[in-house]
Amino acid sequence: MTTTILRKAAPRRSTSRPAGPRRSVSRHAVRRGLSAYGFLCGALICFALFSWYPIVREALLGFQKTNFVGRSEWVGLDNFRRVAGDPAFGSAWLNTLEFTGLALLCGYVLPFVTAVVLNELRHARAYLRFVVYLPVMLPPAVAVLLFKWFYDPGPGLFNQLLHVAHLPGLNWLDSTSTALLSLVIVSTWMNMGSGTLIYLAALQSVQSELYEAAELDGAGLLRRVWHVTIPQTRLILLVMLLLQVIATMQVFVEPYLLTGGGPQDATVSVVYLMYLYAFRFNSYGGGSALGLMLMVVLMVFSAVYLRVTRDGGR
Amino acid sequence: MTEPTIGAATTAAGRRHRRGRAASERPRRRSRRGAPGETPAPRTLISARALNTPRGRVIYWIVLIAVIVLFTAVFVFPLYWMVTGAMKSSGELARTPPTLFPRHPHPGVYRDAWRRLYLGRFLLNTLEYAVGAWLLQLAVCVPAAYALSKLRPVLGRAVLGMMLATLMIPSTVLLVPLYLTVRDVPLLHANLLNTPFAIWFPAAANAFGIFLLKRFFDSIPGELLEAAAIDGASSWRILWSIVLPISRPIIAVVSIFAVVGVWKDFVWPLLVLPDSNRMTVSVAISSLSEQTPQNILIAALVIASIPAVAVFLLFQRHIMAGLTAGGLKG
Repeated sequence: MTTTILRKAAPRRSTSRPAGPRRSVSRHAVRRGLSAYGFLCGALICFALFSWYPIVREALLGFQKTNFVGRSEWVGLDNFRRVAGDPAFGSAWLNTLEFTGLALLCGYVLPFVTAVVLNELRHARAYLRFVVYLPVMLPPAVAVLLFKWFYDPGPGLFNQLLHVAHLPGLNWLDSTSTALLSLVIVSTWMNMGSGTLIYLAALQSVQSELYEAAELDGAGLLRRVWHVTIPQTRLILLVMLLLQVIATMQVFVEPYLLTGGGPQDATVSVVYLMYLYAFRFNSYGGGSALGLMLMVVLMVFSAVYLRVTRDGGR
Repeated sequence: MTEPTIGAATTAAGRRHRRGRAASERPRRRSRRGAPGETPAPRTLISARALNTPRGRVIYWIVLIAVIVLFTAVFVFPLYWMVTGAMKSSGELARTPPTLFPRHPHPGVYRDAWRRLYLGRFLLNTLEYAVGAWLLQLAVCVPAAYALSKLRPVLGRAVLGMMLATLMIPSTVLLVPLYLTVRDVPLLHANLLNTPFAIWFPAAANAFGIFLLKRFFDSIPGELLEAAAIDGASSWRILWSIVLPISRPIIAVVSIFAVVGVWKDFVWPLLVLPDSNRMTVSVAISSLSEQTPQNILIAALVIASIPAVAVFLLFQRHIMAGLTAGGLKG
């Protein structure tokens, strides 16, 4: 292979040389461009069919009535009206917001606190980092089904522990007051490892002189965290906040596997409702309309994310 | 939307991480032998001086032990409960208070779960999807990133911008149109449902992989490649024998993302592989969970998590390094 390529390339160069520098440059450029698109063609085909085309199609589907027999027809805002008239629509948005808020309260603050504590420890670091990241590696469906068993009101682990502590058991997934919280607990358990490790890496960049200076000025432990650690890791904190909002607003696996949206729509999320419309009620238009609404909301966060990462790099 | 926007944050994080690791690795190792804080390590929140006082030492050890106990209880105990729970009989599972160790362990449950739920087939399916998606993604993304980074064709920046723009669209929003696309691929009019291609092709259109690879290729000095070109090497040969060997670390990161991504995915295989012979292990277990006895189901969960844990044990270093490179994924 080596020799054939070398032999082929050598004469080509010698023939192009007498043609004059300018022509050889332009021909060279064309050949380079062609070969570059040769390298790109696989990606272009994959993106065109499975990324760009679906994006355009999503925008159209929301305004169409689609079935596989006939052609799609334009229906204007009918899909949006139909979806918004669904009694589950309001609760889906409220649940999603509440889930996101609770998930941030646990899943955003907890990894940062954990990382700050871990960064102070001089022993067992490898073990602790390994352990905190272990649930992240489990397939989410496995982790969620495991917690479904823990949440079992009878022999589940959580009620058993409450029983051992002489506390009354909870109905976890079957009660409207605890169902959403139960989803947040699973989600935090299986996701907090990655946040923790990212913060831990970011903490390495905090300049130690600042801690020294703050301490000389008489700043206590919490004040040092507040005035040194947090400002020094501001960028990562902000980026992670945005990414986490974007990720948790799309919650699906937890309600799908744990509660099926119940009890009484207490855990229906926007994406879960989208799934119901598209794949249970056979209304691709309704599902796409919900998707478009969610996209508009999330694009705001994406835009802020872009701004932040651009400014932070300068 | 162009490449420096996301790049800025990720490179900064990566650089910081590297610097941080280099600085902290040595003292940490040394401190393992001696008392805490006696090393000249770059100080963290708490100074070495404070840690070296008798009171500081006592507090340090209390906190350390508390953290170890807490982490073990929160992250390891549920897994222990799962592994031992599978070996309990149905009667023992329903008992209050529960038994910490199975009274009469039945390791045979694992064999039952393997046979009754056809876990071997589903694990093989998942492996097929993951390996195929990984290979196709490398075959598609590596040449594309190389072309965008080094060959810089006309409109290359526009193409890159359009690829990176897809990162801004939340993935779940595209489930419906992507499902319809896979069901009837435009131009080809093929139905990919229940075929591995339904997983492989969408996985190959991975803008984040292209972004990571391109950023790495950008850092390879152009002189190196020009020297090879003057020696008559073709672009393919330069990619194969110069760029790829240098790029092993980033290819490892992209590979891990590809495999772990497919392995952990649930919604997409749920939608496009409805045939019970083609399901992934996650989808299969969840669809069978209702009609399976509790202990068999738990055993199945244990078996399904073994590959992920094994991969983590083997590639821990790469996965954690990749996390900081890719943690800022959009």
